[in-house]
Amino acid sequence: MENLIGLLVAAPLLGAAVLLCGGKRLDRAGHWLGTALAAASFVIGVVLFADMLGRDGEERALHSHVFSWIPVEGFQADVAFQLDQLSMTFVLLISGVGTLIHLYSVGYMEHDARRRRFFGYLNLFLAAMLLLVLADNYLLLYAGWEGVGLASYLLIGFWQHKPSAATAAKKAFIVNRVGDMGLSIAIMLMFTTFGTFAFEPVLAGAGETSEGMLTAIGLMLLLAACGKSAQVPLQSWLGDAMEGPTPVSALIHAATMVTAGVYLITRSGAVFNGAPDAQLVVTIVGAVTLIFGAIVGCAKDDIKKALAGSTMSQIGYMVLAAGLGPIGYVFAIMHLVTHGFFKAGLFLGAGSVMHGMNDEVDMRKYGGLRKYMPVTFVTFGLGYLAIIGFPGLSGFWSKDKIIEAAFAKGGTEGWILGGVALLGAAITAYYMTRVMLMTFFGEPRWKRDASGAVAGASPQRPDVEPVAENAADADTAHPATGAAAEPHPHESPKSMTIPMIVLAFGSVFAGGLFSLNSSFVHWLEPVTGHDHGHSPLSAAAVTSATVVVLLTGVALAWAQYGRRPVPVLAPRGSLLTRAARRDLLQDDFNHVALVKPGEYLTRGLVYVDAKAVDGAVNGTAAAFGGLSGRMRKVQNGFVRSYAVSMFGGTAVLIAATLLMRAV
Amino acid sequence: MSPVNYLYLASLLFTIGAAGVLIRRNSIVVFMCVELMLNACNLAFVAFSRMHGNLDGQIMAFFTMVVAAAEVVVGLAIIVMLFRSRHSASVDDASLMKL
Repeated sequence: MENLIGLLVAAPLLGAAVLLCGGKRLDRAGHWLGTALAAASFVIGVVLFADMLGRDGEERALHSHVFSWIPVEGFQADVAFQLDQLSMTFVLLISGVGTLIHLYSVGYMEHDARRRRFFGYLNLFLAAMLLLVLADNYLLLYAGWEGVGLASYLLIGFWQHKPSAATAAKKAFIVNRVGDMGLSIAIMLMFTTFGTFAFEPVLAGAGETSEGMLTAIGLMLLLAACGKSAQVPLQSWLGDAMEGPTPVSALIHAATMVTAGVYLITRSGAVFNGAPDAQLVVTIVGAVTLIFGAIVGCAKDDIKKALAGSTMSQIGYMVLAAGLGPIGYVFAIMHLVTHGFFKAGLFLGAGSVMHGMNDEVDMRKYGGLRKYMPVTFVTFGLGYLAIIGFPGLSGFWSKDKIIEAAFAKGGTEGWILGGVALLGAAITAYYMTRVMLMTFFGEPRWKRDASGAVAGASPQRPDVEPVAENAADADTAHPATGAAAEPHPHESPKSMTIPMIVLAFGSVFAGGLFSLNSSFVHWLEPVTGHDHGHSPLSAAAVTSATVVVLLTGVALAWAQYGRRPVPVLAPRGSLLTRAARRDLLQDDFNHVALVKPGEYLTRGLVYVDAKAVDGAVNGTAAAFGGLSGRMRKVQNGFVRSYAVSMFGGTAVLIAATLLMRAV
Repeated sequence: MSPVNYLYLASLLFTIGAAGVLIRRNSIVVFMCVELMLNACNLAFVAFSRMHGNLDGQIMAFFTMVVAAAEVVVGLAIIVMLFRSRHSASVDDASLMKL
């Protein structure tokens, strides 16, 4: 069984290698190869899962040593895998949801000339993410971590002919780099403290290490998690990452990439348990991001960006839960899994809507689509109910537990965190209802009146003009129609709807299944530990509070977007709305706080380089050059002048000799 | 006659030779001036040999003659080749060593 673990990673990696190196002859069948290898990984995962269920809680972890990577005296880095319950959960999520997204992409990317390459990158993404969650030491985890960063860069910038996509890819990569630096520093600190970076000795040794060191490691790990999981302050890349094809967004937001940070914190639980300060920072980051993402999600008219805000917010929930320590680890992972289902479903649904609407992403130009896309409507609707935490669906079970756990933290902290989590639940209900109402209900705002203009508005909003610059752009499934033609909403092909249906099932039932007899808690407990905490509120009180805020949020959204018609042109909105449309000024902040000082620093350094460094070097060279120019004149090529110098030298020598003798 | 007078003569000849080397342009004359300096040295050697009453100076003079003979052979050959290639025996014309 141990030998199968390596195959989990090897299958998609092989797919990536074959697809990327195989050349054009694979263009016709390459996407099926990629999908098959992702599915193979999932099947192996299921086999290992079945095998794991056959053993008792404590003996479920499998280890597999593949080869020594860097064997040096006093430094041992191995390529070795560890498959325990936590990794298993991730493996099933990544490969399962990943396979569905592969399948969806077959339909979605049908007209793209570079589809083979796209599937190669998708496979690479899966392989890197699986490597990340299967590694048994931090260095190998780091390798997977970087692989995820690379694959996300390639995929976000997949439509590289669009400058915005190329920029978004660079932004994601650079922002992630900051987090990666945190991870590398954490690994170095671990090595100096524990002399190793394998999970087992590090986590076992965390108990005997000073709290200061654990706090330092914890904060560096948190920085890493912030980068990959798009938490404040490294959240800015996530919204722009929507430039990638929609399946990529689904993959990044549901199965891979953003979950890595939560995994890292949960995996390093022992470090955080010994560092309460670091844990407090984790919860604060989670709480801030939770509200931040939710507010951004409320203001965006771009369906994908609204969902991106929602992802940020939901990951905030997970980070918050992970920061709570043993009370929250299990629920963080549980929410991660249920979120994986419904967020993938929502993104695939959004992609399906865009597919039928000429790639229009502005929700103000949707409306009334439920009649035209029944399957998308139902699956998206189930995902919607799941994410807002409608009682009985997946999101309810996991989110409710996180809110409970936040209260169970105890003390003032507990009240604040619990309050924030509740507020987040209300805002989540609000913005998701908004998305739902604007997209599937109300008047069809995409219909043209007799004069050919979009009903009630001029189509001249530069930021929402569909991209029609490149006829080869495969996302433009209906080439050359551009902004002028009326879209003909239609249901997407089977390869796209089937994954959505499967994910909708997950969105509905996964949470309930996990909560049945607390099965998920018992499943993860041997790895992460679990503690019930002492909640000042009873579970029933928290649940009813959750439902109340949920209904409030829905009612507010309905009052604003359901009862009244949605204007096609966005109203100016309040100061907060305008700020939220600009992602709460995150880019402006980064520009003022980081880019500008960076530019000034660079300019200053260039000046110093040009004047001081180059000045010294060039000055020395010029001095020697001038001196030799003078001295060269002595060598005039005339024999007689050489003779003069010989005589002169001789005379000086003789004079000196006589002088010495006289003294 | 005092041997010191020979030394005066020797230094006079050496000065004439040195001045010739420095001033004259014709390489043959320069060459002859070099010979003149060598012979002035020989004269001084012999004079010192006489003054000190041992033969070291005379032996040195023989050595100088041998070297001078060799030098004449090589030097004249160079001058002849130089004259053939540039139709001039002026030392200032052979100034290719400068930039």
